[in-house]
Formats: sequence, structure tokens, C-alpha cells
Amino acid sequence: MTERKVVVPGEVIVKGEDHLPGEWTEKTEEGIISLRYGLAEEVNRLVKVIPLSGVYHPRRGNVVIGKVENVTFNGWVLNIGCEDTAFLSLMEVPRFVNKDNLEEVMDIGDSAIVKIWGINRRGIDLSIKSRGLGKIEEGMIIEINPYKVPRVIGKEGSMIKIIKDETGCNITVGQNGFVWIKGDKIEDELLAKKAILFVTEKSFISGLTEEVIKWFKENNVSLKKVPKQDMTEKVSKPIKTEDKK
Amino acid sequence: MAFKRLDGRKNNEMRKIKAKVGIIPNADGSAMFSIGDTIAIVAVYGPRKMHPQHKQDPEKGVLRCTYNMNSFSVSDRMRPGPSRRSMEISKIMEWALSPVLMLKKYPGSVVDVHINIIQADAGTRCAGINAASMALAHAGIPMKDLVSSIAVGKMDKTIVLDLDKYEDSDFKEGEGSTDIPISMTGKGELTHIQLDGKIDKKQLKEGIKLAEKACKEIHEIQKQALKDALKK
Repeated sequence: MTERKVVVPGEVIVKGEDHLPGEWTEKTEEGIISLRYGLAEEVNRLVKVIPLSGVYHPRRGNVVIGKVENVTFNGWVLNIGCEDTAFLSLMEVPRFVNKDNLEEVMDIGDSAIVKIWGINRRGIDLSIKSRGLGKIEEGMIIEINPYKVPRVIGKEGSMIKIIKDETGCNITVGQNGFVWIKGDKIEDELLAKKAILFVTEKSFISGLTEEVIKWFKENNVSLKKVPKQDMTEKVSKPIKTEDKK
Repeated sequence: MAFKRLDGRKNNEMRKIKAKVGIIPNADGSAMFSIGDTIAIVAVYGPRKMHPQHKQDPEKGVLRCTYNMNSFSVSDRMRPGPSRRSMEISKIMEWALSPVLMLKKYPGSVVDVHINIIQADAGTRCAGINAASMALAHAGIPMKDLVSSIAVGKMDKTIVLDLDKYEDSDFKEGEGSTDIPISMTGKGELTHIQLDGKIDKKQLKEGIKLAEKACKEIHEIQKQALKDALKK
């Protein structure tokens, strides 16, 4: 992998005929130009642009975090951070639900981890028929730019693992940029939040993982001193949530 | 030629330019562009679902610009709210920006661009277009190029670049002044040109040539502003 560079729309990334245009690029007489604001990358003569900003575009199979906006007679309407309305049908809930009392399961204002099951013209269909999905009972939810989600997760979940281990929190990153943090203490959750915001701010740096480890060394001092026993206990325990890709 | 501009600029000299990206955290993309005493701030939202529904285009996304001059932007308080002038400029901005946008991928959606002029000293539509083009890029909208815009004008018989408020509306010597806002892509393709007043063919060509050079300069400033927003 070569170094990445910041490009703006219309900027010539490489000249000449030796390269192939990849995602968000176009071939013109002058060379391969970028179509979006982001980082240009060149792998095996294929040039592509990694966007860093924009609104969330739902895709099938994405795991996202949504907030219940409305309860209907056969399901829930969720806000998942995009303009299309997302619908969680009663049929997609793997437990018995009293049809007269849907509010018992989830009421307006509740949040849930859901999977996008299908997208059609009318809207988005959701499901919670999978492990790790379902209603969120406690913890905090923060919002980040959806294009920074891959950075927060890291290669094969390396980044999120560091944050989880260092803070002892359970973290689920929704592809729509909503992040659920659940820790034993509010201080842990706040540290995890700070760490995630740090990653999103520095998302363009190469070697970010090392940077984050360093950051934890600087910021975690006060926290580590007091509950040292707790910390070791937590690390030895298996961490429950799987990484959402 | 014994022609001198009031603020001591050369005929082919622009006012001082400042550009910044990412000034409004709530928006999907935002930018500020100031040229001399004219300041424009722009917020971009979207692509999001078009409302009202009858304005949706099932083939492609729609660009919707809203140009607004704040009531405190001029020395006499300006009456707030949409006016004939602001609606016209909104439309013109849509036309100036849409040739570079690639909204095919977002059918039924709208990209909202809100342009606010917080200080006006002539050339507000040009400052608005410059800022809007940066904000659109910042919002991650796919586009072929950035758009840069500048006004050229004719004062009496001389072609000058980037007129200010006095030169635009209070200069009455000889033939008076004519103002020609021009927008171009980075490659120098025209997307917008406006002219009210009188100018002959030869001088217009001369003016466009002058604008082309200035647009290249502005394009570099816009590029730099976008890149600086990441390096922080």
C-alpha cells in the first residue's frame, strides 16, 4: 500500500494510461480524477478514493443502531439516521409479543441494535433475529460520522478491541455511525467515548493504532490507579459483543 | 492609463480572500468564503428525501439552493425574508453548480444548500458560489470538479476585476459601471455568466480571459482550504 493523500473533486490523482479507475474516480484525458473529497489510495495500479464525509447510505446486511419513533399495530418505526423510514416488523422479533401491547417490548424513545434485512422502494425492513441484536437497556449512545466507522473498528476489529480492553466497556458500532457504549462505571463509558472521538478526529493519520495506545497511556493514568483489580478481572473475562463488520 | 481604483488595487487584482471548511458542526458540509468585506457562509444538508413529494425526481437527485442576505449584512437594514432578488440568485446558483454535481445515484433525494451572506460588499453571489462548491465537496457529494466564481466589470471604458460596492453601484463617471459575474470549473469551463449593462464583444472576451485567470487562483485557494480542514 502506498501512502494516501487528500484529494478534492476534480483533482488529478495520477497521470498517464498505466492505472485503472476504481471507486469514486473517473478516467479523463488528463488522467484519473477524483469525484469526491477524501483520501486517494493506489493498490496494484487500481486507484480509488476513500470518502471521509457524507450521510449514511443503508445497505443490506448492515448492523445499525436505531431509535423507536413510532409504534404501529404490527411493528415499530425506527430512525436509523437516514431519511428513509426503517420498519421493524413484529414477525422479525424472535420471541412472543402480545399483539395488543407492543409497547411492552419497545416503546417510543427506546433504542435497539438492528440489522437491515432488505431495502425497497417503500423503505427499509429491519430484523432482530440474530445474535447480538435487540433492545438496548442501558449504557450510552454517541454519534459519529458513518464514514469513520471503519476507522473506529480498525483492521479486523483491532482498534475497537484496544478501546474495549483499555476501558473495560462493551462497545457496539453501528454502520450508521451510532455507537453504543456500556460499561460498569460512567467514568469508563466517558473514557471510551473520548477515545472514539479521538479516533474520528485523527482518522486520516497512518499508524493510528499506535497513536491510540499512546493516547490511552496519557489519559488512562487516573483511572487505572484506583480500580486496578477490576481491570485485570475484566480483561480475563471473555468480551461478549462481537465486532460488527 | 490614468485610471485608478479607490482602494489602490490594480485593474486585474482581486480583494483579499479567506476560505475555511467545516465551520458548522451540525451540517453535513459547510464552508466560509470571504472576499474583501463580503462574507458568505454555506451549510449543506443531504442527500435526503425530497419534501414536498411532488418535487421529487425519480431519475436523479435535485439541488436546491437558498440564498439569503442577512438583515445586518448591509449598512441600511435589509428587509428579511425571500425577495425577488434572492429567489433569482438562488436559481442562478443552482444552475451554476449543477453541471459539476453527479446526483444520478440519489433518485428522489434533494441536496439542500443554504447560502447566508453575513456581510455584503458586492460580489455576494460569487462568494456564495465559491463557498457552496467547497461545502458540497465537504459534504461528500460526488462531483466532477469544483466551481470558482468571480465578477469582472467595466468602469467607464476600463475592464477591472472583482468590483466592490462603490465600483459596482456608485460609480457614475463616463459610461458608468457594468458588472459581469462569471463561474468556471477548475478546468476553465464556463458554468455561469451574467451581464446587465453594455459591453462590446472585444471587451467581454478580454473580461472572460481576466476572470479565467482569477478563477484558477480561487480554485487553488478552495483546494487548499479543503485540504487544510483534514490536516488540522
